[in-house]
Amino acid sequence: MRRYRPQRFRVFVALLVLITAFLVLLGRVVYLQIVQHDKYLELADNNRIDIRILPPQRGQIFDRNGVLLAGQKPSYQLVVKKELADQLDSDLERLKTLGLIDNNDIQYFSKIQKRYKKFHPIPVKTGLDEHQAYRFASISHQFKGFDLEASEVRYYPFKASGVHFLGYVGRINDQDLKTIDPQRYQGTRVIGKNGVEKYYESQLHGQPGFQKVETNVQGRTIRILEQTPPINGQDVTLTIDIRLQHLGEELLKGERGSIVLMDNETGDILAFVSQPTFDPNLFVNGISGKDYQQLLKDPNKPFLNRALRGQYPPGSTFKPFVALAGLEQNYLNPTKKFFAGPYFQLPNSTHKYRDWKKQGHGWVDLNKSMAQSCDVYFYDLATRMGITKIHDFIQPFGFGQTTGIDLLGEKKGLLPSREWKKAVKNQPWYRGETVITGIGQGYTLATPLQLAASTAALANSGFKVKPRINLQSPSQGEQLTVKNHHNWKKVVESMVAVVHSPTGTARKLAKGLDYKMAGKSGTAQVFGIKQGEEYDAENLKKRLRDHALFTAFAPAEKPEVTVAVIVENGESGSGVAGPIAKAMIEKYFELKP
Amino acid sequence: MLSVPFNLRIDRTLLILLMMMAGASLVVLYSASNQDLAVVIKQATRFSVAFIMMLAIAQISPHTYKRWAPLMYVGGLILLILVLILGTTGKGAQRWINIGGFQFQPSEIMKLALPLMVAWWLSLNENALRFKHWSIAFVLVAVATLLIAKQPDLGTSILIAASGLFVLYFAGLSWKVIGAGIATVAASLPALWMVMHDYQKQRVLTFLNPESDPLGSGYHIIQSKIAIGSGGIEGKGWLAGTQSQLNFLPEQHTDFIFSVISEEFGLFGVIALLSLYFAILLRGLWITLNTQMFFARCVAGSITLTFFTYIFVNIGMVSGLLPVVGVPLPLISYGGTSMLTLMAGFGILMGIYNHQQRQDRQNHV
Repeated sequence: MRRYRPQRFRVFVALLVLITAFLVLLGRVVYLQIVQHDKYLELADNNRIDIRILPPQRGQIFDRNGVLLAGQKPSYQLVVKKELADQLDSDLERLKTLGLIDNNDIQYFSKIQKRYKKFHPIPVKTGLDEHQAYRFASISHQFKGFDLEASEVRYYPFKASGVHFLGYVGRINDQDLKTIDPQRYQGTRVIGKNGVEKYYESQLHGQPGFQKVETNVQGRTIRILEQTPPINGQDVTLTIDIRLQHLGEELLKGERGSIVLMDNETGDILAFVSQPTFDPNLFVNGISGKDYQQLLKDPNKPFLNRALRGQYPPGSTFKPFVALAGLEQNYLNPTKKFFAGPYFQLPNSTHKYRDWKKQGHGWVDLNKSMAQSCDVYFYDLATRMGITKIHDFIQPFGFGQTTGIDLLGEKKGLLPSREWKKAVKNQPWYRGETVITGIGQGYTLATPLQLAASTAALANSGFKVKPRINLQSPSQGEQLTVKNHHNWKKVVESMVAVVHSPTGTARKLAKGLDYKMAGKSGTAQVFGIKQGEEYDAENLKKRLRDHALFTAFAPAEKPEVTVAVIVENGESGSGVAGPIAKAMIEKYFELKP
Repeated sequence: MLSVPFNLRIDRTLLILLMMMAGASLVVLYSASNQDLAVVIKQATRFSVAFIMMLAIAQISPHTYKRWAPLMYVGGLILLILVLILGTTGKGAQRWINIGGFQFQPSEIMKLALPLMVAWWLSLNENALRFKHWSIAFVLVAVATLLIAKQPDLGTSILIAASGLFVLYFAGLSWKVIGAGIATVAASLPALWMVMHDYQKQRVLTFLNPESDPLGSGYHIIQSKIAIGSGGIEGKGWLAGTQSQLNFLPEQHTDFIFSVISEEFGLFGVIALLSLYFAILLRGLWITLNTQMFFARCVAGSITLTFFTYIFVNIGMVSGLLPVVGVPLPLISYGGTSMLTLMAGFGILMGIYNHQQRQDRQNHV
């Protein structure tokens, strides 16, 4: 075969070019497959492997008898895979016409959609209930790329009932993110914001699991590679008896006030009422700005947890403690007669500290003065003791400090002393301030919870039990110093006289009781209007009325249950707060197994 | 060994290499189509038709093509113009023409008609080629290329231009002109940019920085590089490529099938494929080297180097060396038209080989 010279060189050059080109290609593949192999292998795995978080189911909350107070209910979320939806815009319009979504949802969707990876479902609407989900499901074939995802949301079957101890869950916000382990909250949208939901958050929340799955480009799971199941949150059983809670809420309906009902032996809070209240379900899927503003601006302050954070002058409900202080420190002979005139005056002073009873009570002993809530008797006692003796004796009961209940945000109240006044107001203590401290006025402040807990300690002959809201948390108590049991009995006796003696301020309550109830009425003066709240003229009058208070426990000989009641601007402790206290105690015994 | 009917003239070496190629294509296609046997059967059918057509063409003497070259070229031009006027549009480009309910791409005819035409034109004065002959040859190339680029189809116009220019190269175009030509092309790239369509510009931009648009136009090339790179030396195994089996790789059974091979068979598979291609190219160059007839030699060289251009552009593009221009991996990618053209080209190559063999035998005698 002859070779033709002209093309020999050209073919040779072509061959050289060809070899060079093939080496370039090979070099490129070697670079990708050997040098950068690890990088691309990882990218390939990132493509196909999806870590799916399996959020734990939040623990439920029950009352002491197993009644569900906070549970989980199914909720549906409408999602869309944009790449599969060929008529996204018109589909969204149709969903709007069907009333399943609104303009806000469409706006929000167009805002967030860019954040999602290809073929990942993008939420269009969250928080659809079963009815709405069913409506969509029946026509879902008309919406290509759209899908329903099932999840669970918190719900509170009794709505506004018990919100002040239950609290509520809400969407995790930036502030929450600072305090939580984000690892534990992957796949979880809500967190306890308040009350038991917040205090027992870590117990209720649980631990998320995960699933390592292989997916195709459409995000469909091909197989599960690895799986760790979630650890569901633990249930919490409360000390609350929802029946007592409901009664308390009913009794205070339309009022502003609080009731705390507590078991004397265990510290169990059986009812924890604060009125007015609000529906925690509003917060689960994010409360609307309008609803929130409305609640926030409500002059009756539904957000205020009055039982835990409402601080009121205890008024005459403070008298039993002053009496006990006098007895234990030998300033008082309970049977010695004392003449109580219409007013009390300090030596070398012309100021008259008036009794609530214009003409005075005349000759009284401890029982009588307690029963009739004689102010002059206690002005005199307090003056003789001096503020330090009062403060030091009463402080161990828990005034001026938190009770330590398992709820967050408890207020301390205030038990004044010389040191406190010096430190806070940089002023000396005046004698006149001691006088009014004797009847629970002046600086003294207490929360309804404090009042219940300290009254229970008094009723228990000095066994002070820490209030608790979680039935599973340990019951803790301490014995206060008792110098003479007889003195404690005397005070209880005097409180029985409030209800059961013919001259007692709350004598009307004795009717129909087949056991002895000890109690003390109180009124607390309202000092002007705070915080520039808006009142109309009609309401103004009522707002200036005294707060009505009543503390009680029963049976007097062996107290089982203590109650503290406060009705803001209720005016009459014995007339308004007293019957509520009695109703709570009666219901307690009625329900007692 | 392959037994051949007595009177059928073929190049056995080339036939065996091409059959290996077809076999490889079917194996890879089964995987790349997500194990869709229908796709494999369809492609096998096409291969059968293509092989029969190739063997038929191989029986035709180069003198016959030479005679028909001008007619084919003119006919091709008319069809291209028709496409521009009444062609159907696919993916923003007009490439197809409907004749009696049968769709085909006139540009495919041009892939063969142009080198034949240029070779015919130059062979008229094969011993005294002057400036005007070369100039007219360039015009022949330019007209065909521009008509296809106008469709627009960048990939095919590159292949067409290359097939014409390769003829000029083997016809003995002066090295000075070649050098000047390469320099001019390099210098006129900015001008090319000006006339490019938006989607073509986008492809170039994406090629320069695929990560700039990872979900949009950069997606193809990123996923392709992931497929190739993650394959490693040994590959993930047949039917076990995650990029391809889970459909992360786009157009995996057509333009991006090289990525599937790389992912599933690794560097070993790539070397095997390149070796097979190289063997075919060597055979083509060997035929070119041994062809006496000027026209046939130019055509043989052009067909061989055009085949090489397919390979280089496709692999270069899926591995991120070149911008994405729709060029299939020859004889492997799924698809009928380009495969038929390629096989017809190999038929011509075989015909040239057979013709030379006969002449050699006559000379011996």
